[in-house]
Amino acid sequence: MTSPSTTQLRKTALNAVHRRLNAKMVDFGGWDMPVEYSGIIAEHMATRTVAGLFDVSHMGEIEIRGEDALDLVQHVTCNDAAKLAMGQAQYSGLMTEQGTFVDDLLVHKISGDHYFLCVNAGNQDQDFEHIKAHNRWNVQLENAGSRYSQLAIQGPKALGILQHFTTALLSSIPYYHFTLGAVDGVHCLIARTGYTGEDGFEIYFAPEHSERLWSKILDAGSSQGMLPCGLGARNTLRLEASMCLYGHEIDTTTTPWEAGLGWICKLDKGEFLGRDILAQKKQQGLERALVGFEMLDRLIARDGCPLSIDGNPAGRVTSGSPAPFLKKNIGMAYVPPAFKKPGNEVTLEIRGKAATARIVPMPFYKRPKPV
Amino acid sequence: MYPNDYRYTKEHEWIKVSGDTGTVGITDYAQHELGDVVFVELPAVGAKVTKGQLFGTIESVKAVSEIYAPVSGEVVEANQALSSAPEIVNSDPHSAAWLIKIKLDNPADVSALMDVAAYQAFIAEKEA
Repeated sequence: MTSPSTTQLRKTALNAVHRRLNAKMVDFGGWDMPVEYSGIIAEHMATRTVAGLFDVSHMGEIEIRGEDALDLVQHVTCNDAAKLAMGQAQYSGLMTEQGTFVDDLLVHKISGDHYFLCVNAGNQDQDFEHIKAHNRWNVQLENAGSRYSQLAIQGPKALGILQHFTTALLSSIPYYHFTLGAVDGVHCLIARTGYTGEDGFEIYFAPEHSERLWSKILDAGSSQGMLPCGLGARNTLRLEASMCLYGHEIDTTTTPWEAGLGWICKLDKGEFLGRDILAQKKQQGLERALVGFEMLDRLIARDGCPLSIDGNPAGRVTSGSPAPFLKKNIGMAYVPPAFKKPGNEVTLEIRGKAATARIVPMPFYKRPKPV
Repeated sequence: MYPNDYRYTKEHEWIKVSGDTGTVGITDYAQHELGDVVFVELPAVGAKVTKGQLFGTIESVKAVSEIYAPVSGEVVEANQALSSAPEIVNSDPHSAAWLIKIKLDNPADVSALMDVAAYQAFIAEKEA
């Protein structure tokens, strides 16, 4: 095991804070990021039962401004951004001309002439170039990642903890909506979104306030059991919640249909990149389908592990891991669509051994409804 | 932290010798690098292990790590407690979470491994 060289890695405004907290740091898509502080299991469980605080400032932001902003957003993404109200956010896909994923993203409608996109860290620059290349409107595009830090406060107690610091009434923000407001005096975009399967918020603000906001939120939450959480727990939480990760479940070879993301692909919204091919592919039917599985023996399937059905190679695991809350070993994989039914069994080759997994419905984990 | 009477490898295993039997585990440094351990796979009693060859696997939430035999011998006991409580590799790597006991082919082989001072210097260099 070797420590990554940190000289050429990008750092968030909280890099020194993570190091003071003795986080284990890794190179994640060119960023020097915390993978864990107290341990992935403890952080995962804290987020499911109390709250977790995540520095996700590596995520990219792209702002689109101008009278025709909606036209450009509609042209490059597959969900229907025309359906958004001001203050609403939407999960969507940034499409290639082939109807596959350049990236997945969140589209926030700040106003009719201002959209705020949150994209994956490693894809930010190519996303920006892709959108720019398709900008045939008089629309201003800004690759704004360096102007924002982002913190995710996630878990059943997230709302109560964050509410200490803002006059915005957080309980009045519906899921996948946001407001512009002050958190401890710092101007923020406060969105009720997340990547953990829990209730929670993601806040975007100018990087110079990062250390103060991080410390204040963590101080307020730690008496209740909130923990700082790294990318390790972020991954196990999103996997339990069956959310896709770019580069794993989705990439430039994947259509929304295959990835189980048909609900973000609105063929009836009008023209967009890849629409005709996507319409055609919908007619033809799937070539492969994303499924969730759980291991029936104790072995753990990891990303990339070969999968076979009745002795025939049939795909690969896209994400596989122990699931700390469910206390099972789970994963996602692509299989021939005829085989996607829950209950079917597949064989995974793990370090030369054959292990059996059963296809199960997704999501693996769904948070209990608030009482 | 690191017991004085153990010997250590560059792959972060330790071995404690008593007569012709060696008890093998992974070091505190190794468990910290791995993170939360969730699964330990060990050889059966009677299996032969060979110096430098892998004899088992430890999995954490995030990673898979192979374990190499510090010296050659025959497995006389594998730690059954790790099957139901793999997390003790994190909490007590140098004692309760021993992995296997082996009957050493040649007890003198152990003296070629690092002593505690050499191992501590070795990991200090990695952490620098």
